[in-house]
Amino acid sequence: MKIQRLLAVTALLTLSLASAQDKTVLTVGVFPDLDSVVKAALPGFYKLYPNIEIKINSLAYGDHHNALTTALSTGKGANDVEAIDFGYVAKFAEGNGMTDLSKAPFGAGAYKDQFLSFTFPQATTQDGRIVGMPTDIGPGSMFFRTDLLAKAGVRPAQMNASWESYIENGKKVVAANPGTFLIPDASEAASIILRTGLKSGDGLYFDKTNKVLISPSNPRYVRAFTIAKAIRDAKLDAKAGGAFSPEWTTAFQKGNLATEFSGAWLVGHMQNWLAKDFAGKWNAQDLPGKTFASWGGSFYGIPAQSQNKDAAWTFIKYMTTDKNQQVLAFKTTGAFPALKAAPRDTVFAQGVAYLGDQKARVIWRNAASKITPIDVNKLDSVAEQIVNDALTTVLDGSKDIPTALADAQRLVERRTR
Amino acid sequence: MTVIPTKPPTRRTSAGGWDNFQRRYAPYIFISPFFVLFLIFGLFPIIFNAYLAFHQWTPGTGLGEMKFVGFRNFADNWTDPTFWQSLRNTAALAVESGLPQHLIAIPLAFAIHTGLKKAQHLITAVYFLPYITSVVAISVIFFTLLSWQYGVINAILGALHQLPLIGGLFPGEKVNWLGEKSLVQPSIAAVIVWRYVGWNMLLYLSGLQAIPGELYEAAAIDGATKSQQLRYITLPLLRPTIFLAVTLSLIGGFQLFEEPFILTNGTGGTSGAGLTTIMYMLRTYVSYTEAGLAAAMAWMLFVVIGILTVVNNLLFGRSGLAGNEGRR
Repeated sequence: MKIQRLLAVTALLTLSLASAQDKTVLTVGVFPDLDSVVKAALPGFYKLYPNIEIKINSLAYGDHHNALTTALSTGKGANDVEAIDFGYVAKFAEGNGMTDLSKAPFGAGAYKDQFLSFTFPQATTQDGRIVGMPTDIGPGSMFFRTDLLAKAGVRPAQMNASWESYIENGKKVVAANPGTFLIPDASEAASIILRTGLKSGDGLYFDKTNKVLISPSNPRYVRAFTIAKAIRDAKLDAKAGGAFSPEWTTAFQKGNLATEFSGAWLVGHMQNWLAKDFAGKWNAQDLPGKTFASWGGSFYGIPAQSQNKDAAWTFIKYMTTDKNQQVLAFKTTGAFPALKAAPRDTVFAQGVAYLGDQKARVIWRNAASKITPIDVNKLDSVAEQIVNDALTTVLDGSKDIPTALADAQRLVERRTR
Repeated sequence: MTVIPTKPPTRRTSAGGWDNFQRRYAPYIFISPFFVLFLIFGLFPIIFNAYLAFHQWTPGTGLGEMKFVGFRNFADNWTDPTFWQSLRNTAALAVESGLPQHLIAIPLAFAIHTGLKKAQHLITAVYFLPYITSVVAISVIFFTLLSWQYGVINAILGALHQLPLIGGLFPGEKVNWLGEKSLVQPSIAAVIVWRYVGWNMLLYLSGLQAIPGELYEAAAIDGATKSQQLRYITLPLLRPTIFLAVTLSLIGGFQLFEEPFILTNGTGGTSGAGLTTIMYMLRTYVSYTEAGLAAAMAWMLFVVIGILTVVNNLLFGRSGLAGNEGRR
């Protein structure tokens, strides 16, 4: 009896071992909507790589990144491939939790030219390690309500000629449409202007030598704060704070906003729930003041603890560098491709139904190609928070601009060492 | 409770080992779930947090990357203006929300105890409801009430402004309850008062019920009015309860997080007027990824709460508790 049972167990073990050798099981950690992109990619991927089996572990956006933080901290429990949102990529770039994809056998640096130029620097550390491959981006766009503009007799081109023109004509739009606001929050203008006219090699808040750029004598900061203050003082903004705040959501749903600056992905939210009733009334164009900026984006990386790095790299390469896959991802969720070749597909020349069949994707494609790379610094999130706080003190009138910037400079400088 | 062994000696020798083991260790095994859970989820985090406070560490880099930095984290927080601002905010909010809580709860408990005996359970339940309501529901309700453009309160104020004669008493423009620097803290405090008055009232009610009724009868015979009874009988005998309730409010007030976090969307509000120390600690950990600084901040807040509890003890604790013990 005993011997028989032992034999059976051994046979089972060998069987399962054999099948395990046949197929590498690759775990992929993602968050919505990226999980639907991965699901849609599987048939095409299996055709090319029948030996790899993908297991998708999808968690909510916040939970996914928290779980990844824990897994990297403790060195256990991470998936073989991890999706990382733009907001977290700098955080995971620190330390040695993620595999450096610039090294052999990966050599991610060789693919750099195939991607939009601003994407790689976002996932590259100051010492040159690449911790993620870009998969999608959010080309910045100005959305505007054609009906509200028409009522005020304002042409769309007047709204994005310059920031001064935006404010002047914005006043007319708000005056002609009582109860509406030009923009959800004045601080949005500041954050766009901060991304304009950077010297090559400068980051948003730090230069190459880690010197803090925030200062009352930096024209970029003074202008950003001045324009935002002008919008607030002219009572043009809905004081809604950040995107997706309750005040922001309600303003959208009630149709009380004339313009909004965001990534191209906002259209998906607008047509599904945010501004369902206003289909055909929204249009898109470039940001004011010849600015080209990016709102978010996603990356794929390999945790250092993964035992299947080769298969993981095969999968990532397929997801990011395969043109058809990038187009498929765009068709699935509307996530704009990071791969330069993808937007040449015919689907990008089609009109967007929600935007009244406007050929907005062509605008976004052009905008995406003009976004300039911005150097990242590991203290970016600290500086961003401090600058945002300083801006609220200016907007609510508790500090003047030079004082607020000088205070912010001091607060950021004491964090650098 | 004691079990007298009546088993025959023969059995004892056969199963003596197990019996002895049971006799000696069963109590420990029965009590162990608490201690095991406490060690894992209570003691270990505290000790680890203390260890972390003396290290520089970025969560996500692996535990091996920890670097000992001595007291640098404490010194950094000590010289951080935002940390002090958050402490000032926390203290202000603790006073703004704490004082009204007790000033409403004590008379309320007294009124319910003396006048509304029949409906006591129903009223207690109604007042206690906010305390057990989920935070998400609370946030939705108060956004609907306090929203600048779309809020119910502003709609009511606007309607009242239209009234003849008294209309001038109400603001004509919409009030930005959560976006105006001077209004952020009072708005948050109002939500906290609403949420915790019921809880404090319950504490005081049980304190009141412990006061012997003869004292009131005797006082009434001597001609004491209701307010005199409150002043000379209720309040002095309620002192131990006040001490407990104020201590709980103090600790809760200084660990304030949920209400300001939700009502300011996690930003701390305009000019950071609603940024509490716990919120700043979370920001230091999550968005600044400075685990050591955040841990040190927790210990500094612990010291502040400790000092305030001692002060509270000197104010309410000594005489009240001493009197209590004397009576026993």
